[in-house]
Amino acid sequence: MAASETEDARMDRLKLRSTLTALGMLPVLVLLAIGFHLLSGRFLSVNNLSIVMQQASINTVLAAGMTFVILTGGIDLSVGSILAASAMIAVIVSLVPDLGMLGIPAAIAAGLACGFLNGAIIAWLKLPPFIVTLGSLTAIRGVARLLGNDTTVFNPDLPFDFIGNGTLFGVPWLAVIAIATILVSWFILKRTVLGTWIYAVGGNAEAARLTGIKVPLVLLFVYSMSGLLSGLGGAMSAARLYAANGLQLGQAYELDAIAAVILGGTSFVGGVGSIWGTLIGALIIAVLSNGLILVGVSDIWQYIIKGLVIIVAVGLDRYRLKGISRT
Amino acid sequence: MTERTDAPALLEMRDISKTFGASKALSHVNLTVHAGEVHALMGENGAGKSTLMKILSGAYTADPGGTVLIDGEPVTLGDPLKAKAHGIAVIYQELSLAPNLSVAQNMFLGNEPARFGLADRAEMRRRAEPILKQLGIGFSAARRVAGLSLGERQMVEIARALTTKARIIVMDEPTTSLTTRETDRLFDVIARLKADGIAIIYISHRMEEIYQLSDRVSVLRDGAYVGTLERAGLSAGTLVSMMVGRDLSSFYKKEHRQAEGARPAVLSVDTIGDGVRVHDCSFEVRAGEVLGIAGLVGSGRTELARLVYGADRRATGTVTLNGKALAIATPRDALDAGIAYLTEDRKALGLFLDMSISDNINIGVIAGDAKAGGVLNFAKARDRALAAIKTLSIRTAGTQINVGALSGGNQQKALLARLLETKPRAVILDEPTRGVDVGAKSEIYRIIDALAENGIAVVVISSDLPEILGIADRVLVMREGRIAGEVTQPIEQEAIMALATGTAGQAA
Repeated sequence: MAASETEDARMDRLKLRSTLTALGMLPVLVLLAIGFHLLSGRFLSVNNLSIVMQQASINTVLAAGMTFVILTGGIDLSVGSILAASAMIAVIVSLVPDLGMLGIPAAIAAGLACGFLNGAIIAWLKLPPFIVTLGSLTAIRGVARLLGNDTTVFNPDLPFDFIGNGTLFGVPWLAVIAIATILVSWFILKRTVLGTWIYAVGGNAEAARLTGIKVPLVLLFVYSMSGLLSGLGGAMSAARLYAANGLQLGQAYELDAIAAVILGGTSFVGGVGSIWGTLIGALIIAVLSNGLILVGVSDIWQYIIKGLVIIVAVGLDRYRLKGISRT
Repeated sequence: MTERTDAPALLEMRDISKTFGASKALSHVNLTVHAGEVHALMGENGAGKSTLMKILSGAYTADPGGTVLIDGEPVTLGDPLKAKAHGIAVIYQELSLAPNLSVAQNMFLGNEPARFGLADRAEMRRRAEPILKQLGIGFSAARRVAGLSLGERQMVEIARALTTKARIIVMDEPTTSLTTRETDRLFDVIARLKADGIAIIYISHRMEEIYQLSDRVSVLRDGAYVGTLERAGLSAGTLVSMMVGRDLSSFYKKEHRQAEGARPAVLSVDTIGDGVRVHDCSFEVRAGEVLGIAGLVGSGRTELARLVYGADRRATGTVTLNGKALAIATPRDALDAGIAYLTEDRKALGLFLDMSISDNINIGVIAGDAKAGGVLNFAKARDRALAAIKTLSIRTAGTQINVGALSGGNQQKALLARLLETKPRAVILDEPTRGVDVGAKSEIYRIIDALAENGIAVVVISSDLPEILGIADRVLVMREGRIAGEVTQPIEQEAIMALATGTAGQAA
């Protein structure tokens, strides 16, 4: 009896810990928001929160795709470049008379194609994701510049500009898309067979293979998903700016996306994590950027603070893994 | 042999015991080794040979009560440095040399002759050369270790032992990775060491080597000392029966009816091989039959199972299930055909430790259970998990607990449950009771028995001979990647060990 009681106690402790892990960074987000409000006096205004949501939206979409990838134990460094190339395609297609709305599906398809390529190389040639996507980060950036002959493309009459600047029942369209992305991702990860396979592959790829899971197909899916969402991010960027520039757009976006995923408690080695954590992570990054500006912190210090936050987050990730390590 | 009674033995280990937690690895073991003798140490996997040698080399501390005498004087070993100072050296299988240093530097590693605080390379080489000569080694002390073959590296290890004036050298399966030529060289060196009065404790499973080399053989079984044979009294039959002993526990369960020869073969494997570690293996398992596969560690049992299951690429052979030839290229293909495999390493290759018990049990069947569009069917998954927890009596607080939180036996049962959910017609269970407590063991035997009772063809790979005897209807024995033979009822441990060690011809 005593033995089973201690086992029960141990399980209670594990349950508690997993609840804490799920809550994760939410308290940090709340504290940051309150702190910035106290310091600036206007952070928690409706107007400013709407701005924060808009600022968070594109990174949230990229980070959702990144969550799929990191859950399998991989990484996608090419999302910023894919976003740039897709944004170029969105603007270029939007200039076609009468067919301008096709810019959105064109951007998404372009992103999907890039992600599929990443996934195919990683899944079938079995090359390390870091190296493959490092290569495509550079190559797709080149493609993005090529698309506009290395100039900025404009469309002042962008047919889908409502996405970037309009609202739906008072909520910015960008935020609506981001939330929808999170919901779809949640559904795939937690409610479908594919989602379970993604966690399984990240948790133990060899066991997954021996269980009959087609690991290459799962990898192909997550990189394709990341590419597709990068393409969607490209369309969102284009809609917001009425323009796209292959050289400047999306630079270092992959870093913010990765940071959001890690802040959200997804383990870098795969198998553990949640899409809600990613949403909170993306919001923390947006709140930091916005709040630091409101408080009047210089651009340079914003970089330093954001960087430190990422390191602390990785430190927490390690600590957490150690905490739930099993015998 | 010659009378050695007047001089004290070089090494005498008396009444050595070693306890790890609740399990006793060694119990009152004695070992006496004389100068200039090759003393073989034999026993099954897990008999306690390595533990005893680790106590000798100071890696483990023995339980109080035992004594170790060197030249008749009691010594305390306790840590590796003290053991070294007493002239005890161990040649490790996984060679511990620094590949980018020279032979001489490796020989004196950690023990460099120094001048003005600097390693004196000239002195090192001057002292290394005679040792190499003594061993009859042809290469120079200036050679870089990276350029040497495995056999040559082993010579460097032995030479290193001699730099510290070793008088007792332990060799643990030294020939496993050597070619025949290198093995002959090693035996030459052992003869020279012997002539210089150095004692060799030689651990090996290969009977030929034992015959060729050893002056005496001591046998351990289940952590206990069984006895010592002089060279004159050495026979394979006595050795094997000393190694396996006779104690059959009653907790094995074999109530399924013996499969008669008339029953159709469910799983037939024909001349399967990977060209490296498994060669030309053929066997059949009938419906309701439990086929045991025995063999020493490294004999290719797991590799064979993985080939049949499609986990590794096979070079030759075919797999047939119920008369239908299968094209198995991946585990998925095997599972679809109705062949399931339980891995020997549940944590590294089986379980998803961060996922729930329910997910772990259902992972193989969620695709089939899913609703339209691949949406998970939670109700079905919960029913399956609850049913499995009940039938296999898995002790857990619920279906959503992480499987990593369970005990070893319950984890193993969860893994078995996953495999059973796929409704296989043939199962290959690789070490199904490894790392499992006694209670869970007998429950796993009950499950295996029930599988056979239900007409499933069962293959059980096990290193635990009493277990194989207790549950199998028929036993295949593997040796060096091939099926060395088959043992049918009545199954004798001696026959299995004789096949496993390659002494089938000589065994009584």
